[in-house]
Amino acid sequence: MTGTRLNSGGRIDRSRPLRFTWDGRSYQGYAGDTLASALMAGGEVILGRSFKYHRPRGIMSAGVEESGAIVTLGTGDRVEPNAKATMVELFDGLAAKGQNAWPSVRNDVGSALGLFGRFFSAGFYYKTFMGLPPFEWGRGTGVWMQYEKLIRKAAGMGEAARVADPDTYDHVHAFCDILVVGSGPAGMSAALQAAKLGKDVILVEQDFELGGDLLNQRDPMSEAQRQEQVTALEVAGVRIMTRTTAFGLYDYGTAGLLQRVTDHLAVKPDHSPRQRFWTVRAGATILATGALERTLAFENNDRPGVMTSAAARSYLNRFGVLPGQKIVLSTNNDSAYVTAAELAQAGAKITLVDLRAEISPNLSALMKSAGVKMKTGLAPRKALGKKSVTGVQLARPQDDRWIAAETLPCDLLLVSAGWSPVVNLLSHRGAKPVWDQTLACFLPAPCSENVTMAGAAAGHWNTMDCAASGVAAAHLATGQKADEIALAGWETPIKPVYEVRLAGKKTKSFVDLQHDVTSSDIRLAHQEGFVSVEHLKRYTTLGMATDQGKMGNIIGLALMAEALGKDIPAVGTTRFRPPYTPVAIGALAGRNTGSHFKVLRRTPLHDWNLRHGATMTDAGLWHRPWYFARKGESFNETYIREATTVRDTLGICDVSSLGKIAVQGPDASEFLNRIYSNAFAKLAVGKARYGIMLRDDGMVLDDGTTWRLSENDFLLTTTTTGAGKVMVWLEELLQLRWPELKVHVSSVSDQWAGVSVAGPKTRAAIAACLEDPEAISAENLPFMGVRETRLKGGIKCLIARISFSGELAYEVYVPANNGEAMMDLLWATSEPLGGCLYGLEALGTLRIEKGHVTGAELDGRVTIDDAGLGKMASLKKSFIGSALRKRPALERSDRPQLVGIFPKDRSESFNGGALLCNPGEISGFGEGWITAVTHSPALGHWIGIGFISGGHDAWQGKSVTATDPVRKGDVTVEIVSPHMFDPKGERMHG
Amino acid sequence: MIRIPCPFCGTRDHSEFTYGGDGSIIYPSLDAPMQDWHDAVFQRENICGVQVETWQHANGCRMWIYVERDTMTHEIHSVRAAHPDMAVALEVTI
Repeated sequence: MTGTRLNSGGRIDRSRPLRFTWDGRSYQGYAGDTLASALMAGGEVILGRSFKYHRPRGIMSAGVEESGAIVTLGTGDRVEPNAKATMVELFDGLAAKGQNAWPSVRNDVGSALGLFGRFFSAGFYYKTFMGLPPFEWGRGTGVWMQYEKLIRKAAGMGEAARVADPDTYDHVHAFCDILVVGSGPAGMSAALQAAKLGKDVILVEQDFELGGDLLNQRDPMSEAQRQEQVTALEVAGVRIMTRTTAFGLYDYGTAGLLQRVTDHLAVKPDHSPRQRFWTVRAGATILATGALERTLAFENNDRPGVMTSAAARSYLNRFGVLPGQKIVLSTNNDSAYVTAAELAQAGAKITLVDLRAEISPNLSALMKSAGVKMKTGLAPRKALGKKSVTGVQLARPQDDRWIAAETLPCDLLLVSAGWSPVVNLLSHRGAKPVWDQTLACFLPAPCSENVTMAGAAAGHWNTMDCAASGVAAAHLATGQKADEIALAGWETPIKPVYEVRLAGKKTKSFVDLQHDVTSSDIRLAHQEGFVSVEHLKRYTTLGMATDQGKMGNIIGLALMAEALGKDIPAVGTTRFRPPYTPVAIGALAGRNTGSHFKVLRRTPLHDWNLRHGATMTDAGLWHRPWYFARKGESFNETYIREATTVRDTLGICDVSSLGKIAVQGPDASEFLNRIYSNAFAKLAVGKARYGIMLRDDGMVLDDGTTWRLSENDFLLTTTTTGAGKVMVWLEELLQLRWPELKVHVSSVSDQWAGVSVAGPKTRAAIAACLEDPEAISAENLPFMGVRETRLKGGIKCLIARISFSGELAYEVYVPANNGEAMMDLLWATSEPLGGCLYGLEALGTLRIEKGHVTGAELDGRVTIDDAGLGKMASLKKSFIGSALRKRPALERSDRPQLVGIFPKDRSESFNGGALLCNPGEISGFGEGWITAVTHSPALGHWIGIGFISGGHDAWQGKSVTATDPVRKGDVTVEIVSPHMFDPKGERMHG
Repeated sequence: MIRIPCPFCGTRDHSEFTYGGDGSIIYPSLDAPMQDWHDAVFQRENICGVQVETWQHANGCRMWIYVERDTMTHEIHSVRAAHPDMAVALEVTI
């Protein structure tokens, strides 16, 4: 194969030369080139090395079906592997290189692997792992592991950049009446007709120019018509998107599009995303996705210089490159004849070999006038040449066999074995394509959704019919009557052929070139009992490369059908799945990366906390203060100091992230009484109560305090992480189950800033901030009391005397906007008393010492009894979960129950997440697990809480092993009551 | 991409909604026997075809709705407000 640039012709702009590099060497192309056409014009032949065997590969097509010229683009952090050179628009400064080869694709050491081909036959990996000789399990696995490293290194695709992608990607949403995919004659007609009917139309084209196959025509009339149509589309207001691939069709007329915004630009503007990921919702979809020319399985059909016939036409007419000088064109249908004539006119010596014995006089005359030699009744059986084609050995069919025929020298072997309509997108919708015996291809089946196929994608082979079918599709899509366009086929019918080989001869004939699947692999799979095409695909990896079998699938199916003695429809086809062409992960992620990966929620006190030295941590979506370190203080020192300060004097902790739900209405108390396990009906105004909610199945859902602000007005608090699900649950109950209850719930979590102030000196600190210091005297605000009062400066506040830490404690809530003012007041009175700010870590310490549960314990598998809160479940009333919590298995005494945990040797520490096991029986799930640990300043050693079968009663006085093999090994612990500090709760009543 | 015609907001992407569950379940009263609750909570059909489901327009109006959906094709046959009074009120106004 010796490609040469012609002095004239084609759509390239010879006045705009572009420099680019290939494997470090400098080349020149022109505006309008693809990387493939420019490399071909530059005389390059080997552009890739195959996946398994490292065989040299060249350009095989001019489109998305490319399986040979697979290259790596870019340098540094902008590396894109596995790009199809045929789809890469050339720009000034483009850097590309070969992949899967060392030192280069031209001279690849790995090609020696081809000699060991038998190791890589179908199912190699399965067989190896299943323990066939020589790698039997147990004995040979070590050997395999050695081979595996080598194979991994040798086989595979290109390598991605090892650093973060510096580019940005956008997500865009759009609506339209009609989405037209493909801008060939059918797509343009369909879009234009739909626009004329008053529809809002989006036309999507993966190429950088509109026209589809019209771009490959030599006839100047055809180009004039194309330009006329493009103008008409623009005038009609069709939204045209070039460089955009419709990669998937989904429910309800939703299409996924990938728009390449800057990939083709020499200078990529900073303000543009590299690509845009579009979600388009269309009223109707017209697929004018064209057809791909098939190749044929014969020996060495992967040699550089073997190409589809249509590709040669494209390189000649669109890119002004004559791909070979001495060409053999093998065909079984009429489509290749024009190509042959045009190549001859461009100066190539060409021999056309048709498998069919007879062809129409028109075509014979065309060949004669163009000076093309013709031979009939022949097909290629072997390509000659090592690194590039030097000739072809032909064969002729006789009875059911092929017999060897003459050999023709050539530097380019073009193959046309028929056309496959691109039915991929329709297949995404679950419509199985139907095999057409006459046209020898799968045709689209009717789809129950408003998706219409047009043009070559629907089996129309000539331009006029394609255009007419586009108009008809526009009518169908808009619910109008449409002309039926009959499938004209070829003048002389196609003679289907999928493989040419001499009987009994073992050959390397490739079916799926990108995955190096040969026809022998297909037959081997059949011999080994594979019957279903879906299994065949997975076993041989046929059609599982980045091209999804666009060229090879049909050959594979045909060979399977032949092996099974069935015809192709009986074998069926595999379902295509999105994406049609690969989509970068970056495009899927869009802007949702880094700090935008998830929503960030900040409390109203966020900035205040940061100004006062907070180190933040994630709590669900929230950022919450973790600890407030003083200068030179370590993490452990900090939280231990904070917890100690709370027990000795006082501490202030931001609890604004707790869920807060206003439950209001005449039936509010009845509602609460149904959802909480404990009694709420008689909660007095001005009182708070701790409550536990169960799910229908009797497991604990969430806990928190609920405050009765007035007769019909409650403030329900939830855990930080439970806020969302509790709100959904309450709404579900009120709208679906108990619509008769007159209750309204609204989330007021963001409306309030809240702090917990805890410790023996708390009352004095808060009182000094109040307009009426007496409002929180022991008499006026007893334990579990709630009242509304005012901070100095007239700030309305709600104060509840509730304690999570086990100390005298209050929760103070003010409207969110007054959060900082509240903190300034509280901190001004607390600091002089020796108080501190404390974070989540110290809060954890305080609650673990008290054995209070949180999300770590209430993980959805825990009953109220497991959590040691059984007395919170009323026996006098029914509530959500009251029936199913009595299931026998949930009442077993050996269920894991909440316990406290001390290290046997008090100087030792241990880890949360460790399993609790009987000493000497460290296996399986153990007897329990540890949910949380801390160093307890009150007790002076490490403590933990967790669950263990049978709870405290069953393990009192026994040694238990806390095992944590990955991190720390085993620690001997003892099981204690979860109420490890101040078990009678005297401090909080103080 | 299912699109759900919310009776309150109009047609929206399913990503705005959260799926609830089987809408045909009639939950027993709170004091009903354990067996009734067991059947309601655990004995569910896995329907291939049309089923009534509950969905909430969580990132929208927060209303719960009943959706009659074909589990094979995602085709939605009907949608109505879950709260019976709301359902009636919407019928009157439309």
